[in-house]
Order: sequence, then structure tokens, then C-alpha cells
Amino acid sequence: MEFLLQPLTLLTFFPLVGVLVILFMNSEAKNAIRWVAMGTTLITFGLSLWVLTLFTASNPNLQLEAKYSWINVAGWNIYYYLAVDGLSILLVLLTTLLTPISVLSTWTAIEDRVKDFMIFFLLLEVGMLGVFLAQDLFLFYIFWEFTLVPMYFLIGLWGGPRRIYAAVKFFLYTMAGSILMLLAIIWLGNYGNTFSLPELIAKGGIPANVQMWLFIAFAAAFAIKVPMWPLHSWLPDAHVEAPTAGSVILAGVLLKMGTYGFLRFNIPLFPTATVQAAPWIALLATIGIIYGAAVSYAQADVKKLVAYSSVSHLGFVMLGLFALNAQGVSGAILQMINHGLSTGALFLLIGMVYEQTHTRELKVYGGLWKIMPVFGAIMLISALSSMGLPGLNGFVGEFTILLGAFGSKAIGSPWYAGISAIGVIMAAVYILYMFQKMFLGPAGEITKEHELKDLNWREILTIAPLLVLMFWIGFYPAPFFNLIAPAVGKLLIGY
Amino acid sequence: MTQPEFKDFYILLPLIILTAWACVLLLADLFIPKDRKGITAFLAVLGLAVTLGFVVTQIGQSGAGFNGMVTLDGFSTFTSALILISGLLGIALAYGYIKRMGLERGEYYTLMLFSITGMMLMTQASDLIIVFLALELLSIPLYVLAAFARPNLQSEEAGLKYFLLGAFSTGFIVYGTALVFGATGTTSLSGIFTAASHNAPTLLLTIGAALLLVGFGFKIAAAPFHMWTPDVYQGSPSAVTAFMSSGAKIAGFAALLRVFATAFPILSVDITNVLWVLAALTMIVGNFTAISQTNIKRMLAYSSIAHAGYILMAFVPYGNKDVVATSVAAGLFYLFAYVLTNFGAWGVVIALEKSEGKGLEISDYAGLAKKYPALAAAMTVFMLSFIGFPPTLGMVGKFYLFRAIIAGGFPGLAVIGVLTSLVSAYYYLRVVVNMYMREGDPTIEREPWLDFTTAFTAIVTVSLSFVPQWLFLLASTAVLRLF
Repeated sequence: MEFLLQPLTLLTFFPLVGVLVILFMNSEAKNAIRWVAMGTTLITFGLSLWVLTLFTASNPNLQLEAKYSWINVAGWNIYYYLAVDGLSILLVLLTTLLTPISVLSTWTAIEDRVKDFMIFFLLLEVGMLGVFLAQDLFLFYIFWEFTLVPMYFLIGLWGGPRRIYAAVKFFLYTMAGSILMLLAIIWLGNYGNTFSLPELIAKGGIPANVQMWLFIAFAAAFAIKVPMWPLHSWLPDAHVEAPTAGSVILAGVLLKMGTYGFLRFNIPLFPTATVQAAPWIALLATIGIIYGAAVSYAQADVKKLVAYSSVSHLGFVMLGLFALNAQGVSGAILQMINHGLSTGALFLLIGMVYEQTHTRELKVYGGLWKIMPVFGAIMLISALSSMGLPGLNGFVGEFTILLGAFGSKAIGSPWYAGISAIGVIMAAVYILYMFQKMFLGPAGEITKEHELKDLNWREILTIAPLLVLMFWIGFYPAPFFNLIAPAVGKLLIGY
Repeated sequence: MTQPEFKDFYILLPLIILTAWACVLLLADLFIPKDRKGITAFLAVLGLAVTLGFVVTQIGQSGAGFNGMVTLDGFSTFTSALILISGLLGIALAYGYIKRMGLERGEYYTLMLFSITGMMLMTQASDLIIVFLALELLSIPLYVLAAFARPNLQSEEAGLKYFLLGAFSTGFIVYGTALVFGATGTTSLSGIFTAASHNAPTLLLTIGAALLLVGFGFKIAAAPFHMWTPDVYQGSPSAVTAFMSSGAKIAGFAALLRVFATAFPILSVDITNVLWVLAALTMIVGNFTAISQTNIKRMLAYSSIAHAGYILMAFVPYGNKDVVATSVAAGLFYLFAYVLTNFGAWGVVIALEKSEGKGLEISDYAGLAKKYPALAAAMTVFMLSFIGFPPTLGMVGKFYLFRAIIAGGFPGLAVIGVLTSLVSAYYYLRVVVNMYMREGDPTIEREPWLDFTTAFTAIVTVSLSFVPQWLFLLASTAVLRLF
């Protein structure tokens, strides 16, 4: 039972304590349930900060390892193996930060089946943390698949009018990718006689032609999750139909599971195939950047606009990862966090105004700034952060990625970075277009119809941590890069 | 020919006990008053439990008895235990159900016991004549049970259909046995092996083996021999279907494996290809046809066909000595997961079923989660386990199975397996969608044993997935004793 006391075990499974408490609560005691969920996620966040204090930034290796033999019969070597390093520590913190924020955002938005909602939400947090911490392929696969179940219910139960379609589509799409990964995991397990990722990486020597197949199988799972063009079509549906908190987690964390997967598995396990695939991934990423931006601009629904912007932003992350140099990869990791912060904030804000108006049609808004100045200001900061204005976090990430991609040997041509840079300009176009339609100009019909109230204290408190981080990363990203850099250096030794 | 000794009887000991018990129960039931048939159920459970106890004491032992007509080995012990567990769960499901549906007659339990003796004999049979005997012993009570809801037309139709097609398939087995006997001069599995290995396989032997395969294909409901399954599963009383789709399948698989692995390794070049195609076809047909079903019993029938395909995958490399042990262990593990999940799912079906076949549409499950959250959660567990999703035993089972298949050198089959799993997610999720995401006002029957079965199988399905070690160990010791 020693493994229960490991910091990472405590962190990953602590939300289950909240689940157990909520299970035995009366489903009518909605506020009490909310407080329990809030408390649980805050303590989890505290635990993740504790993990951060135990974490040595200069150490490039896996740290705080909890490794115990789990299933060790009949030729199976499966470990219960959690560990954290520079590649995952920030994503863990992002997860534990966004979860309480999302819970807080549901305070008045979710009135129906609060008990079930919070249970699924806490289960989802366990799954996400497990994905970022698992170092055994079998364990990883279990967490990876498990995240689908609560998210499926979150979309399907509390979503918009087409929620069932969106939920099933989300489930099947993601599963389609992950079952191919399952076969690749099994192959690796047979090959290395172990499912432990560090052991498999150390063993190496997978024949080049097999590497390509395995690379593709893993990439199928991750690319759907990211989502990379042309596998993105589940994303707008899932985002638009999901409740606000679901969208925040979906965009903020679940998409990162895809990019993180490339980082954790594809790049170190299949070096030959990674180099071969890099230009192709860069091509798809570039298409995604431009396509996502162009389609965003054409949207009439604000949430859909932000959803498609994710396709574009994550294209940058993919471009950075497969630049396969220190700048590109570090920038990509930071950009994962940035995207979680800014897109998370945008979804939260849209959710807050949606709660009052019950519409997301761009054309019915207008002139909001006059009525809701605080909301407008916060929205402006988040929008600028999303489009990458210098001084805010988005700029740091995108700039570093483009710098990496320009000089990348693996991608082989500066054109990808050059074309992608247009995506930054296009981001300005669609983001400012959205801002202008909603906040400036004459009052739209919805603004006239409703007595709109500005944000209350709870809502400002929800969004404040994200704003602080946007400025912090924008002005002084060094502490974040310091956490990332050693592990990235180790990752890229072979390249 | 030697006279039977004590060790011969010891090999069949659990079977002898259960047969004797069933005969006694048949008589005792006459003296149990009509309104207290619960006593019969209790006695039947007692018999099964005692037998299970004896089976457990035989773990790790092996031997042949009655001049090699029957075998005791890890494989037979594992499958017999699984069959007995199926019997216990089957009675737990039936107890309240047959009372409620007005079917409560003492012979229900006795017939189940006789069928179980047939199934157990099937797992031990190492002579084609015994295989035939066991097949009849397990099937005939099942034909009666399928038609147990007479004069309900659907049930009568199910009974008749099952009987006719069952008889037809038995015909294949008898004819196959005859041809094999013609080719080798013996019906003993080891004798066939010895006779066949002296010279190249004759056409007669090949045709005989193929006919046997067809016969077993009927019993395990592998495509294209599955046509009877949906009608029979839908028409039979649900408790019978639950038992039939578990027990009869286990027995069918047990016989298939023992006969082919013991007698026909020499034909494995051809038969492996045939099994490959059968497994692929069964997975594809079962899963794709299940999509269009609106009746939950039919959906589960097609799902059971699909799962037969998955289990069949494990038997594909039966002739390859290096991998057969692992893949059979994987097959047995999966069989265990399937049986458990299957009983749970049928338990939920029974809880919602009303008289005259009402409450069996998938749309009748709408709103279940709001009214009965625990039952809906249990059903969700079963559906996830069928799909192969964590945290359930079905997921571990599929992992094990695909691993064995890839190690056995059939990655193509594994790809078909995972892709059809994806298809299956669609129809299993539809049940979940109905339970959680649509409005409705279902009512359920609450019976203690039914609740217990559903809760027990759900909890075991989830918790065993975290500690599957001992089941792995049991499954991997369940090896065939190849004379």
C-alpha cells in the first residue's frame, strides 16, 4: 500500500475522495455538492503545487517516480508507474488549475443533475492527470480511454440541442484513433517484453519499416485528439454542444493530450520515423493553421469561431514539436499552456454572456462594451492573448515556435514557418472581427432585449487567475522555460 | 479394455455428483408443493455449489479416464468451473423471473442441471462419441427450456427452431465423426492423431474435420452458422437466453478446441485459415447486424455472435505449439469476461422486461438513469465492458486477446478485431444514450436475487480489471493435456 502515499498517486487520485463524498450526498443539496467539488479540486491544485516544490527544474529526467509491479504474470510486465518531468509538469499544473476554474464557472450555469455533473467532472480530472503522469503504456492507455467516458457524459447530458450527436461523434472519433494505438502498444509490449516507456525507449532498435507503422498508429490516436487537419471534424460539434465547463476542459486540457502524446511517445520511441514524418506533419500543421483561421472567420457562432481557432493554434504547436529543435519544442510546450489559458478564458467568457442571453449568434450582439465594460476589458485581454499580441503569453509561444520552425533541419524548408506566420495575421483578423461584432458599434438586438448585467465577483474571480498568468508568461516567461528546457534537451539528444 | 478403477471415477467425480443430484432433484421436485418451488431452486443451487467445490479441489490435477474417453486437465477444470458459475448466475436470474412470468415449474431447474452436466462432459470429452453424447445431453434440455414459455408463440417458435437447427448441426457432427472414423478407424481423439500423423491427411479426414467444424460453428453461433441465434435468443425466456448464450458457448468452444488441438493438428495449415475467416466473418456480421437492431434481446443476440468471433480469434493458431497455450489462455480469459458481462446485461434486461414481451425495445430504456441510477450505472459498466473500455474486465480481456493474436502472427485479424470493436461502440452506446440522455419513464421489477446478480457482476467486472492477476494465472494454467 506504499504506493498510495507517493505524491503523484495522491495528486492523481485525490479527486476520487471528492467523488466518494459526493456519491453519498443528497442530490438536492446542490450548493453543498458544489462546495465539495470546489474544495476537492482546490486541494488537488494545492497538491500539484506541492509536487512543483518537490520538482527539480534542472533535472531533465523523470522525477517523483512511483513504480510498482502491477500485472506480472504470463509474460506481462505491466507497472503502475507514474512520474513527472519537464515535458509534463506544466500540463499537470494547467489541468489542476483549469478544473477548479471550470467548477466555479458552473455555479449558476449547471442547475440540472449537479451531483452527476460533479462526479463526472472529478473523474475526468483523474483521467487527465493520469494521462500526463503515466509512464507505462498499458496504464497510459487505460487513462487515455477513460477520459472519454466522463467527457462523453458531460457533452451528452448537459450539452446543447445536438448534444447526443456530438457526444457519440466525439466518442467514436477518439476511439477510432485509440484502438490503432492499442495495437501498436501491444506490439511494443511483445517486442520489449515490458510496457514501461523508459525501458522501451532505452531498448530502442525498432526496425525502421516497423517504426513507421507504429508511428502512424500512435499518430492516429493523437492527431484525432489534437485535432490535426483533416481529422478535426468532431471538434466543432463537441465544442459547440458541450457545456461551458466542458468546452474549457476540452480545449484547455483534452486537446493537449494529443500534442503531449506526440511529445511523450512518438518522438522518443520512433526517432527514424519521426524524422521521416516531420515534413509531412509540418505540412498538415500549416494547412491546419491557415484552414482553421479561415474557417474561424466564416463562423456566425462565437463558440464555433473559438473552436476552429483551436485547430489553427494547435497547428502551431504541432509545427513547433516537429521542428525537433530546442526552440520549436519548448515553444510548443509553452504554447500548449498558452492555448489552455487564452482559449479557456474565451470559452468561459462566452459562457458567461450566454448564460444571460442564451444565444451565441454574432450578428445579434453589438455594443456590449458600453453595458458591460469589465466584461469587455477582460474579453479584450483574452482575445489579444489568443491572437498573440506582444506582452501577452500567446506571442511568446508563437514567436518561439516560428523561430524554431524557420531554422529546423527536420522540416527542411522555411516555407512552412513563412506560411504559418500568415496564420498569426489571420488570427488577428478573426479575433478582432469577433470583438468588433460583439462589443463595438451600435447596440445589437440582443443587447436591447436583455437587461445585461456586467460580470459579478464570482465570475471575475473565475477568470482572474488566467489573466494573471497571461501577463506573467507574456512579460517574464523565463521561469516557465526553465521548467521545460532541461527535459526538452534530453528529448532531443538523438536528433 | 481395462475395467474402470477408482481413478476413472475420480476424473468424472464432479460430473457424477451433479448427474446424481439432478436425478434426485427430478424425483424430489414431485413432492415439493407447487407454491414452494423456491425449494427446488435452492436445492439446485446447492448441487451446483457442491459440484463447484469439487471442481475447485481438482485444480492442478490431470489425467485420463475410461480408456481415454474423458480427460481431466486445467482446461476442463477452468471451463467446468465457468459453466457452473454460469449455472449459478442463471438460476439467480431465473428465480424471480419465471415466477413473475408465470413459468414457475420445478423442471426448469432440473433441466438446467441436466444441461450443465452435458456441458461439463463436453469440456472433458476426448472421444468423438463422448462429444456427441455430451452435445445431445446439453442441447435437449435447452430445446425444452427455449420453449418453456409455451403457449407463447415466440417461445414455441424459438424452441422448434433451435431444435431443428440443433438437430441439423448434430447431423453434421455425426457425419463428420463417421467420416473421420472411416479415415482413421477410431473415434478417440488421440487415436485419430496417431493414425493421421502416419501419412498425409486424406480427403476423407479433411472433410470429416470440416463437418465437425460446421457442427461446432452452429453451437457457438459463428457466422455463417448463426442464423438461428437472433430468433432463438429473442423468443426464449430471457433467463434461458442468458444461460444459453453463456453456458452453451463455453461448452461449444471447449469441445472445438479440444477436438481440433488434440486430433487435428496435422490439418492446422488448412483449418487455421478457415478459422481465421470464420472469426473475421463472425465479428463483422455480428457487429454490423447489431447496429440496426431496435430490440435489446436481438441486439444482445448479435452481440453474442460478435463476441463468439472474438473468442474464436484465440483458437486460430491452434496448431502452433509455441503460441497455442497463450492464445487459449487469452481466449478463456475473454470468455470469463464475456460470461460475467453477459449475465449482468441480461439481468438488466430481465429487470425491465414486462409480460408479453413488453419493455424490450432499446427505446424503453429512456430515462432509466434518472429513475434508477444504480441500475443504469451497472448497465453502462456492461456496455463499456462489451466495447472493451476501461475500467472493465472486457478491456483487459481484449488487450490480452489482441496481444495473443499479434504474438501468434495474425496482425490482420487483430486489426479486424479492433475495427469491429469500434463499430460495436456505436450500438452499445445507443443503450447508454437512451438511459442517460433521453427522457422517459421506465419501471423495473425489483427482486433480491436479480439485484444481487446485476450488482455482483458489475462490481466484479470493474474491480477485477484492477487486479486481474489471479484470473491470468488461472487462465494460463488452464492448458490442454495433450495425451
